[in-house]
Amino acid sequence: MERIPILRMGQFLLVTIQIDLYDRLALDLAADLVKTASKTGARGILIDISAVDIVDSFMGRILSNIGAMAKLIAAETVVVGMQPAVAITLVELGLPLNGIHTALNVEKGMALLRSKIAGIAGETDPNND
Amino acid sequence: MIKTAILLATEHMSILREEDVVPFRYRVKECAAGIKMGLVNQTYLITAASELARNMLKYADGGIVLIETIERDGETGIRLMFKDQGPGIEDVGLALKDGFSTGGSLGVGLPGAKRLVNEFEIASEPGKGTSVTIIRWANG
Ligand SMILES: Nc1ncnc2c1ncn2[C@@H]1O[C@H](COP(=O)(O)OP(=O)(O)OP(=O)(O)O)[C@@H](O)[C@H]1O
Ligand SMILES: [Mg+2]
Repeated sequence: MERIPILRMGQFLLVTIQIDLYDRLALDLAADLVKTASKTGARGILIDISAVDIVDSFMGRILSNIGAMAKLIAAETVVVGMQPAVAITLVELGLPLNGIHTALNVEKGMALLRSKIAGIAGETDPNND
Repeated sequence: MIKTAILLATEHMSILREEDVVPFRYRVKECAAGIKMGLVNQTYLITAASELARNMLKYADGGIVLIETIERDGETGIRLMFKDQGPGIEDVGLALKDGFSTGGSLGVGLPGAKRLVNEFEIASEPGKGTSVTIIRWANG
């Protein structure tokens, strides 16, 4: 069965979505990610969607669900590399991407995750955006 | 009421199961690229198409889509006509409101699809089915 590989990078997990996700594959990915994150104690998940040319409400929901499930095991989710046309379309569609962060690319996403983790560890520190 | 237009090309696709959605979107994108529709408009169109195809699957056990390349007043565009024989929609006005869903979902599909296209028409008869027609012009 087809599956999207999950790469471990230190305390983060990275998945690169290269193909149009059909529903089963997307649901499997969400389950795999959360399982892997809890097994490895990963603190952050990076989802690279730079090759994805459509995010509809189904796909948006999958991303939000991953974010929500990851939060339960104390991990943050960052979606990176969203194409500008996709971002504009999401706004017009009116789909909120709750529970996830976005960043321009993987490097910026990692930086964001590090700052989030540092923020949580610092506890008393207010958010410094 | 959507005005008449000259038909340049027409084909149809059945949407009967989830796996049909991706090839359908792909075909719509090809047709849109074929009339030199810009990338943002293409993305608007295929996203709206995806929402309407998913609704057909979720609420009506699938249906059929006519994919047409049309011309009107010197403009070319893509017209998609979604037809199903599902339960229909009792209150179309309500179904078009942001946040309305009978499927426990976000209720963004219909109103969102409407925002993403230039023309949008829906007709539904309870017990008979639903048809939704959308047009996105290449330079709209
Ligand atoms: N083809 C259809 N046949 C019957 N009812 C439909 C059809 N399409 C939409 N509806 C009805 O209209 C409502 C609104 O549709 P819409 O796509 O906006 O939201 P949704 O599908 O419930 O949620 P989302 O699209 O955000 O997942 C649906 O909940 C359903 O009751
Ligand atoms: Mg819908």
